[in-house]
Amino acid sequence: MAINLAEALCSITTKASAQNWRDAIRLSGAGLVAGGATTDAYTDQMIAAVEEHGPYIVIAPGIALAHGRPSEAVLTGGLSWVSLKDPVEFGHPKNDPVSLVIGLAAIDHTTHMDVLKALAGILSQKGKLEQLVAAESGDELRALLTDAASAA
Amino acid sequence: MKIVAVCGMGIGTSVLLKMNAEKVLEKLGIDADVEAADMGVAKGAAQTAEIVLTSDELAGELGDVPAKVIIIDNFFDLEEITTKITEALQ
Repeated sequence: MAINLAEALCSITTKASAQNWRDAIRLSGAGLVAGGATTDAYTDQMIAAVEEHGPYIVIAPGIALAHGRPSEAVLTGGLSWVSLKDPVEFGHPKNDPVSLVIGLAAIDHTTHMDVLKALAGILSQKGKLEQLVAAESGDELRALLTDAASAA
Repeated sequence: MKIVAVCGMGIGTSVLLKMNAEKVLEKLGIDADVEAADMGVAKGAAQTAEIVLTSDELAGELGDVPAKVIIIDNFFDLEEITTKITEALQ
């Protein structure tokens, strides 16, 4: 069966403050570092990816999936969750502003598929994002994710 | 049929697109091979694919390819993906 996203997240930050998209990505990078998934260099790589390719990481209304390539800066891979108190603009023509930044680090192109599958399963549920972003604490979010996973 | 899902790095958004496209194709009863690729790989892979799935920002970077390029706005919206793939195949 699909993995439980609540357990798969290596760090959760709720109601965070970010001035701009760089700040928001830095928070998701800090979560990956704190969770032991990456080094600080990976955070810079995630920002560089947006500088190079534009805000394509804003993959759905309000949701950014920050990530870089598999590299030496990735220690084990992981997923960090940052919900923002006030949404920020990434410069995306349709999906701005962003209220949830998910940081993704992977050691290769395939091992993290199950985590992404669990994430997609939850975030494709209509109205789920609003509910998840409203969570005030990590515990509250984990509870919501666990409920959503069993409903999926 | 070959479909390529494209993103900048080949690990995040393209993998999500691949998974959701596979779900949609299965529902539609369409037999297709969906490959996730980063921009570098995609430029080559798109030469032999029928459909390329990607975001608005990256479609421009892809340049001229013989494949039909479908732009997805919401990667989590299976309805959007279903509608756009169905239209492309008509």
